[in-house]
Amino acid sequence: MTDDITTDLACKELVEIITDYLEGTLPQRDRARFDAHLMTCSPCREYVGEMHTTLRLTGRLTVESISPGARNELLRAFRRMKESSTGL
Amino acid sequence: MLPAMRGGQTLVRDSDAGLIDRLRSGHEPTFAWLIDTYNAPLLRLAVTFVQDAAVAEEVVQETWMAVVTGIGRFEGRSSVKTWLFKILTNKAKTRALRERRTIPFSAFDIRDQEDEPAVDAARFLPASHPQWPNHWASPPQPWSMGPEGTALDRETLAVLRRALEDLPRTQRVVVALRDVHGWPAADVCAALELTEANQRVLLHRGRSRLRAVLERYFTDTETPIRESSSVCNDQSISDTNLGDQ
Repeated sequence: MTDDITTDLACKELVEIITDYLEGTLPQRDRARFDAHLMTCSPCREYVGEMHTTLRLTGRLTVESISPGARNELLRAFRRMKESSTGL
Repeated sequence: MLPAMRGGQTLVRDSDAGLIDRLRSGHEPTFAWLIDTYNAPLLRLAVTFVQDAAVAEEVVQETWMAVVTGIGRFEGRSSVKTWLFKILTNKAKTRALRERRTIPFSAFDIRDQEDEPAVDAARFLPASHPQWPNHWASPPQPWSMGPEGTALDRETLAVLRRALEDLPRTQRVVVALRDVHGWPAADVCAALELTEANQRVLLHRGRSRLRAVLERYFTDTETPIRESSSVCNDQSISDTNLGDQ
């Protein structure tokens, strides 16, 4: 790693490539620039932390479950399908 | 004895053959598992076509009925997950047309979406700035979050849920499947017939918007966020203190 890669990532660029970074799809060189920038920029560390918080909170949103009535109706239909196919 | 259940929400492609076999043989727990695993994601996609929640639920129910009647003919050329989503997409489109709520379906074509920055450009110094081009002018401030499980915490989640529902539909479905349902990127791409690059763009825009909403909520910035001077001041104060010692 040379010094030049530490100098050329701007904060404005970091906020646009953060998803690629988190997804692990950033090319190695950009990844190094990203890491190097974070070492020296506390606002961007704050930003990355906020993005992690956002993902953690989003992961806590509950998933609506199917109503028991609708679920039972489907299971009944599935049973009928089986009975009619085996009853041939 | 349900190999497909080992991976939690994620179906392992190799186990699809077993999954299909069990469904065809009328193995009810497998079908129940399929419903419990995919009903919410299917609903998530349905509401992007038909905006009425009740209609969306009907479309999902129709999709499941199509699975019941069609599993015997399913050849397994795609994954069960992809198959499910394809059935839903077709049914939802038909329904949207019938309801005259046609949404021109270039849905996941991101080219027709505005190119929106993750953060308002006004919060950065100009590119012409002699020392710090494109660096923060209004840096993000620490969030004041309450402990989990409190009323404040529930309020936070309500704000976030609303923000998710307010996302443009393509961003919403991608963020929901990835970050709420925890699907891997490859599964989202397959189910929504998206390229990886487009999936990432939608994810990025959606996540960035959610972060921005939370930032407004946590920092309560009716007034513009202060210039970076506050950060610098903290720095200079501690520097001064060090100098004094």
